[in-house]
Amino acid sequence: MKRELLKFLAFSVFVLLLPLLFEGGYLMNVLVFVGINTMLAIALNLLLGYAGQISLGHAGFFGLGAYLSGVLTATYGWNPWQAMPVAAIVVGCMAYLIGFPVLKLKGHYLAMATLGLGIIIYIVFNETIDLTGGPSGLSGIPNLEAGGVVFDSDVKNYYLIWGITLAVILFAINLANSRVGRALRAVHDSEVAAQVVGVNARLLKVQIFALSAVISSLAGSLYAHTMTFISPASFGFNFSVELLTMVVIGGLGSVYGSFLGAALLTLLPEFLRAAQDYDIIIYGGLLVVMVMFMPGGLVRGVPDLFRRIFKSRGGAGHA
Amino acid sequence: MLEVSGITQIFGGVTALEDVSFRVNRGDITGVIGPNGAGKTTLFNIITGIYTQTSGKVVFEDKDISGLPPEKLARLAMVRTFQNIELFGGMTVHENVMVGMHTKSSSGLLSCALKMPWSISEERRIRNDSMKWLEFTGITDLAEVEAANLPFGKGRLLEIARALAVEPRIILMDEPAAGLNSQETLGLAQLIKRIRDLGITIVLVEHDMELVMDICDRIVVLNLGRKLAEGTPREIQENPEVIAAYLGDDD
Repeated sequence: MKRELLKFLAFSVFVLLLPLLFEGGYLMNVLVFVGINTMLAIALNLLLGYAGQISLGHAGFFGLGAYLSGVLTATYGWNPWQAMPVAAIVVGCMAYLIGFPVLKLKGHYLAMATLGLGIIIYIVFNETIDLTGGPSGLSGIPNLEAGGVVFDSDVKNYYLIWGITLAVILFAINLANSRVGRALRAVHDSEVAAQVVGVNARLLKVQIFALSAVISSLAGSLYAHTMTFISPASFGFNFSVELLTMVVIGGLGSVYGSFLGAALLTLLPEFLRAAQDYDIIIYGGLLVVMVMFMPGGLVRGVPDLFRRIFKSRGGAGHA
Repeated sequence: MLEVSGITQIFGGVTALEDVSFRVNRGDITGVIGPNGAGKTTLFNIITGIYTQTSGKVVFEDKDISGLPPEKLARLAMVRTFQNIELFGGMTVHENVMVGMHTKSSSGLLSCALKMPWSISEERRIRNDSMKWLEFTGITDLAEVEAANLPFGKGRLLEIARALAVEPRIILMDEPAAGLNSQETLGLAQLIKRIRDLGITIVLVEHDMELVMDICDRIVVLNLGRKLAEGTPREIQENPEVIAAYLGDDD
């Protein structure tokens, strides 16, 4: 546990000092999205990497958080700090209720059901034009404000978003190393054995599904308040797949892996501007390559690779 | 302590069990034997809540437990092990046993994630107390090994250690000696007797006749889904029907 804490502190220092390298600039804006995507990847990883339950609809929960926050503040004049928790609670309750029937399904069927859920939510964003503005989006969402500081610049947003992201990281690490985290992994490895030793697998799966939705909703709200404009296109099926790719590339069942996956998939498009139309092909290719050659994700695969290179060099030296 | 009465299980058109009744006395080691396909594992799956029987009932400590799911049975202090050991492969040996203490701890999702003081002290208690069961089964030195990497015999011991961590009053073992070599089987016999000495009632399905005759206080014989006989090992060995239907075929 001490090692976990040191790792977290080192990571926090890294996050706090990173902006000094860039002095504002466009990349700061991208790094804000790395933070939001890290939260989303962790949310999905708790479900997929720990509990072993897939979701292809997480962009929907992300979108619900964004739209609930957006509509409550822009249309009804709520304070964003009130809108965010209300959105999270509403989304959490919804996921909890949906979770009971949906999480009875396993494997492909669960993937299909959550896929359908994501698509329904997406259609609602598009069709309820009076409420959401439909395909042309919702604008005029206020920035967050605290103690007279309005979070309206990339640097301010960076510290806001990453402050919350670090809290989510710590939350997830604590959970993973607790009796509940162990029970989740137990359900993943052998559901029947987990039940036999007293784990209520069904309830636990629903709880983690709801928690995952709450974190996604929170990320959505933060997204809405930093962007000040949202449209359904950001919350479609493609983004659910992108989230899944982040989790798998980073490493299933690893919190820092989720950060690596989110960072890679958020930064990559910036360097691949020319190949923009082919991004989904590149993601698909990455996913295939990772699953084939680094099934443990970057977080385990890269150290392994170094170890192997180091070993083969050491071996050659002796020979 | 455990009373099975009139259990019938029909799968599609096949009758796997027909009107099976027997009792298990507190503190005994009870063996359930019978040729392949006799319905032993089906019976276990019904008692332990994996299947729900077509008819009949199971009473445990004066409580009707028919149809209760396994996680509820764990809270009533009934636990089982599996023929093809079911471990949490991605977790260490120690963590496997820690999961066994799930019903002996109560911190919820939020108090774990927020590291509330009570969940920290509970976590420490789980970590320490679980070691006791590693010591009891003699796998302390493997504590940090990932369960998927254990040899089969050690995996069997881990599954038993994890079951003991539930602090059961009854433990049902489905072919605990399957896949073990003769040395390991001897060790297992000793372990099962030591578990009984803790005051835990044991029911086991087993094919290893030597083991069954050695450690069991009472034996129930199933054949073709029906109870053929019930009694002490000596009575069973001398029962002509059992010899004809089962032991006789071996010779």
